[in-house]
Amino acid sequence: MHYKLSKIAAHLACWIPLIYLIYAVNNRMLGADPQEEMMNQLGLWTLRFLLIGLSITPLNRIFKFPGLVKYRRMLGLYAFMYLILHISIFFVFFLETNIGYLWDETIERPYITVGMLAALMLLPLVITSTRKMQRRMGRHWKKLHKLVYPIAILGITHFIWQSKSDLNEPLIYLIWLTFILGYRVYYSKFKT
Amino acid sequence: MKNRKLRSAYSAIKDSQVTSESLFWKRREFIKNLSLSAMGASQIAGTLLQAAAQDATGFTTAEPLSSEYVVTHHNNFYEFSTSKSKPAEMAKNFKPDLDWKVSITGEIEKPGNYSLEDILRWTNIEERIYRLRCVEAWSMVIPWKGFQLSHLINQLKPNSNAKFIEFETLESRSVFPGQKRGTLGFHVLPWPYKEGLRMDEAMNPLTFIATGVYGKDLPGQNGAPLRLIVPWKYGFKSIKSIVSIRFLDKQPSNTWHKNGPREYGFYANVNPNVDHPRWSQARERRITDESFFGVKKIPTQMFNGYADQVAHLYKGMDLDKNF
Repeated sequence: MHYKLSKIAAHLACWIPLIYLIYAVNNRMLGADPQEEMMNQLGLWTLRFLLIGLSITPLNRIFKFPGLVKYRRMLGLYAFMYLILHISIFFVFFLETNIGYLWDETIERPYITVGMLAALMLLPLVITSTRKMQRRMGRHWKKLHKLVYPIAILGITHFIWQSKSDLNEPLIYLIWLTFILGYRVYYSKFKT
Repeated sequence: MKNRKLRSAYSAIKDSQVTSESLFWKRREFIKNLSLSAMGASQIAGTLLQAAAQDATGFTTAEPLSSEYVVTHHNNFYEFSTSKSKPAEMAKNFKPDLDWKVSITGEIEKPGNYSLEDILRWTNIEERIYRLRCVEAWSMVIPWKGFQLSHLINQLKPNSNAKFIEFETLESRSVFPGQKRGTLGFHVLPWPYKEGLRMDEAMNPLTFIATGVYGKDLPGQNGAPLRLIVPWKYGFKSIKSIVSIRFLDKQPSNTWHKNGPREYGFYANVNPNVDHPRWSQARERRITDESFFGVKKIPTQMFNGYADQVAHLYKGMDLDKNF
């Protein structure tokens, strides 16, 4: 019962950014270019969900708090939901639902190439995210889901690459990612 | 005494030339109806009249204006913040008055420190409706108030060595918190912001110094009290809150070019055929109002639609190289 309640609360928390953004759009709170702001915010939330999910293992080991592990799958799936919305806004409003433009942009703009690559790599992880698939794939499942590390690196690269001149904010995310990856390297080398 | 007269002259300009947003719309409705009725009479005459409404000088356009809200709440003014929505809030206390000083130096007859008051005395305030095309591929249509830059330059009497002009924005961390170092110690851009024009570009009748927008004095976030407008160039050329104008014999550098020479040039002419390395410049997102569907994608025009007025300035130049 306790487990279920906390899970419901976690689900609600993951919806809050989206509900807020929809509310903000309706009340003209996203500035003069709400399409762009919406797209940027959805992209940022994708990265945040991804990084929060990846922070669970280090937090677990440092603070001995194993209860968090059960939220990892959920965080990954919400990251994917925000990612789909992020890409949809880009496709509908910035590319006028033109597949040709999507192809051109993906090929010609390195930061979009990188972002798209990350999105495509996330797909197999989403498809194999069910418990059933996990059981069926056995040890291969773990191997496949290591893809999340390059995905996070590509995602942060996409974020840094598209920023015009102010690197302060993107670099905070880079530091976060470095901690997450660094801790894993440290742990596998010295703690096992 | 002299002072008071000028001050009242300045406010007289303001009062007589105040054009509210609604009046703007009525005026434009009139132009539209005019061209529509002509269309009925004859297709050819209609087309001609529409062309006339576009105006051979380029000083105005019949396209729908961007709302006053988006014009004053979507500002790339990194001196305040890299967020486009924050400058409107942060500039609330930035209200330059007639004592605003501009240092005008270099290859001119009478260099010196001039006040906004002096500059307004030398020039006549008029209205211009220009397209503004940002290098980030969004655009607006904006009713400015201000004066033609060439009128000011003629007063300053540049000598024959004056080949370029360099402009500088105010540097002040108390006015502009964005000029402080960021969270991780980085400056967003090398301050103060600088921009430059070739003399013939500066003398083109389209080149304008805005002192107001939508009939009101220029709000801080739009670059009060003096802001350059070069409508056929990307928006970053339109330097804000000018405190220095230097007439030079050599081409000056400009801030965005220094920051990313591969991505931003000195000329920065709007050109749908030359992409920014990270995005296409072929089309633009025209922002009309702040609703979710207030933005539409439209094709970008060569020289932002001012080719008739400015293409001759770049004859024989390789615009792929001189982007």
